[in-house]
Amino acid sequence: MYKIESKNVDFFYGASQALKNINIAFKPNTVTALIGPSGCGKSTYLRLFNRMNDLIDNTKIGGQILIDGEDIYAKGVNVDSLRKKVGMVFQKPNPFPKTIFENVAYGLRVNGITDKKFIEERVETSIKQVVLWDEVKDKLKKSAFELSGGQQQRLCIARALAIQPSVILMDEPTSALDPISTAKVEELIYELKAKYTIVIVTHNMQQAGRVSDTTAFLYMGELIEYGNTKTIFTNPKIERTQNYITGRFG
Amino acid sequence: MKTFYKKFLEKFIEGLLMLSSTITTLTVVLIVFFLFKEGIGVFNKKPIEEGYVIAINKNNIVTKISSEQIKNIYDQKIKNWKEIGGKPDSIILFRLEDISNYYSDAAIGENFEGLPNCLSRLIDSVPNIIAFFPEKYLDKNFKGRQLEIDKVTLSEFFGGKEWFPTAQPAAQLGVMPLILGTLWVSLGAILLALPLGLAASVYMSEIASDKVRRIMKPLIELLAGIPSVVYGFFGLVIIVPLIQKTFNLPVGETALAGSIILGIMALPTIITISEDAMRNTPRAMKEASLALGASKWQTIYKVVIPYSISGITAGAILGIGRAIGETMAVLMVTGNAAVIPHSILEPVRTIPATIAAELGEAPNGGLHFQALFALGCILFLITLVINLTVEFISNRNKYNKH
Amino acid sequence: MEAPDENKLAKRKKRNQFIAFGILKLLSYSIVAILVIILSFIIYKGIGVISWDFITQMPEEGMTKGGIYPAIIGTLCLVGGSMIFAFPIGVLAAIYMNEYVKDGIIKKIIKQMTNNLAGIPSIVFGLFGMSLFVNKLGFGDSILAGSLTLGLLALPVVIRTTEEALKAVDNTFRHASIGLGASKWETTSRVVLPIAFPNIITGLILSIGRVSGETAPILFTVAAYFLPKLPTSIFDQAMALPYHLYVISTSGTNIEESRPIAYGTALVLIIIVLIANLLANGLRKYFGNKVKMN
Repeated sequence: MYKIESKNVDFFYGASQALKNINIAFKPNTVTALIGPSGCGKSTYLRLFNRMNDLIDNTKIGGQILIDGEDIYAKGVNVDSLRKKVGMVFQKPNPFPKTIFENVAYGLRVNGITDKKFIEERVETSIKQVVLWDEVKDKLKKSAFELSGGQQQRLCIARALAIQPSVILMDEPTSALDPISTAKVEELIYELKAKYTIVIVTHNMQQAGRVSDTTAFLYMGELIEYGNTKTIFTNPKIERTQNYITGRFG
Repeated sequence: MKTFYKKFLEKFIEGLLMLSSTITTLTVVLIVFFLFKEGIGVFNKKPIEEGYVIAINKNNIVTKISSEQIKNIYDQKIKNWKEIGGKPDSIILFRLEDISNYYSDAAIGENFEGLPNCLSRLIDSVPNIIAFFPEKYLDKNFKGRQLEIDKVTLSEFFGGKEWFPTAQPAAQLGVMPLILGTLWVSLGAILLALPLGLAASVYMSEIASDKVRRIMKPLIELLAGIPSVVYGFFGLVIIVPLIQKTFNLPVGETALAGSIILGIMALPTIITISEDAMRNTPRAMKEASLALGASKWQTIYKVVIPYSISGITAGAILGIGRAIGETMAVLMVTGNAAVIPHSILEPVRTIPATIAAELGEAPNGGLHFQALFALGCILFLITLVINLTVEFISNRNKYNKH
Repeated sequence: MEAPDENKLAKRKKRNQFIAFGILKLLSYSIVAILVIILSFIIYKGIGVISWDFITQMPEEGMTKGGIYPAIIGTLCLVGGSMIFAFPIGVLAAIYMNEYVKDGIIKKIIKQMTNNLAGIPSIVFGLFGMSLFVNKLGFGDSILAGSLTLGLLALPVVIRTTEEALKAVDNTFRHASIGLGASKWETTSRVVLPIAFPNIITGLILSIGRVSGETAPILFTVAAYFLPKLPTSIFDQAMALPYHLYVISTSGTNIEESRPIAYGTALVLIIIVLIANLLANGLRKYFGNKVKMN
């Protein structure tokens, strides 16, 4: 049983085709890295899993994406509920202009939860999950903007975890962070694997090598190679993959 | 030689440009100078008409009197000297035209040559009299005593409840009704305009399609371009009669009419500034909210509006500023009664409308004229405070977000 | 406690959004409706009044009959006069602000003062114009005094639009010109200004629209209640469209009988504003497309 299945996925911005016939099956409790040069469509692909591309006018998707065996683009699918199940972490830390507590509680509140005690508990567990609790427990009522960039990004991960998704999408989550914060986030990704299925877009080959179990290499909207990360990094079947990984183009 | 000429030209042009750019600063300085020079003059003047005196019997112990007391005496609200610190005797009022009740035409004389003497004798003979007459009829050997009149004071000016600058014998210069009238009408305007303006800016920045937005934007600009006198005219022929009929009032020219018209006029300011602020909400922040399962509407009121709240506040404050300073439209629809308003269905008079309505009739340099300039000073200071507040808000905002 | 029933919640969110968006849309369109009502009312009532005679005849019989010729001429004089003053100074000031002066205290002060000037209510300009131009400089109630007052009012508008126009010029043009050995003024006058020109003109047109409708600043500096002749010099008083509308709708000899004239005058004012806005938008679109294609 796969967590996410992408079957013959095509994607168009207006007339131009951004993704061509992509087939990948993601196993539960794994980290999959999507790599490839800028503009290869990896971010676009990632954003299909929580239907974030719906927000862009004049786009079209072909093929099927199944999560837990259900077609998420089928008629009658509730997008809000889908997004509750599929959390997302963005390139730059983007906390809301609210307190630290309210940032994490946000997803619960917009999903109709009003029980104060429940929210408090969930906020605490989520912040603990991202190993931020000791740093912020005394200033939960302060603005999230007061945290450092690395702390903000972990807060954003906690915010995604609070609504207990089963899939987490990460769009270059460390591209705006310093090396120490990056290391912390990577460590976190590794630990989160036990409970979640993670798909991460990254520019950083070392990062892909460190955190992921499987890797997909995209180029010009096509899936070039997909497989075990170790295999892809040590013994890629396709020359273009090797060229990219070893930095000969990109 | 040629390079020298060229260099000289460059310098000359730069000087010219610099000079031009100082004109606005110079204008502001000059406005402040002229406004305050005239306006402050009010507090150096006595609120009694120039060339007139108020006289009493020499045995009367009252020495000083304020303009409000004079008015109350002549309105017969104060009838006894003890109310203003004198002996307990009733006041006998005297105006110049009353002179024939006391003296014959022969005693006064054909060209009033006997008038000063008559006045002097009359005041000397009636112990409780108070008389108001031109200074030129003051006898050389006047046997009565002139009352000292206080200069206009700040507390009288700002605390006074009555604005009647042409009142005889003493002008009443209380700006309270005008300030309250201005705030009343502007507050009403903003209460009407804010929900509408906010709705439109949310709709245009977050919901409407690009096509709708491209149509609405110039329409809002057009709304800002319509001259205020046209708004006033529209209010006069449509809104005023409508209010009169709806509420069954004697007159439709009311604070409400002013608020409605000013509300419409404040809309473009509010919409443009808040829409700008909302458009500046980072896309990533909106996406983060949607990615957590929030609906578009939840995202708008939980993320977009809080994020742009300072821009929205700035828009609202500038809208109020526009309403406070607006002249013609208000002048035409609010009825211009200088009384402290008790309901929005009463006529009121605002500061700008007062200036516009009265300056034409106020003699140049006189007390009334200067009082109107003092109103101009108040208006100037209010708008200055509003401008600085808006600047402060947007600066603090910049600091917060980076 | 767990989340409420998924379907119920989704329905509730959808319903709330539907209602909220409906209300927002309704309120937004009601603003458009207000505009349409005002415009169509004045056009409907005024269109029958406007004729060639109306705009070329003197007012007659206590302004209840005849045309509004002197008011139109007066407004043209005021608009022209104020722009002769405000346009060059405003453009030069904006050039100085955007091309010459460096960020610092001077720029800050000038910017702040320009902002302050823009925020001053028009009636205060009237007071100022009266005490400086009419009284102190002795121009009397005259086209000159009125034009200068209106010019000062328009100055911040011209400066702001010109500055925006200059800011929109890409820096590469400036660098390229200076790199070829051109001086600052040569760069500004031969490269920057021609590119910014259409936007500067747009600003000019918008300020003309604004100035032609202003009443408060001219009340005590130029406007004549009734003057059935044309001004012959800049020291003459003049009638003006907005003041004329004010007078005949509030204090004319016979308000009811002069209503048609009032509607006609209002329509003329609206037409001026409409033309200014359409022209400005048209220019913006035309040149906007042109710049993009290059």
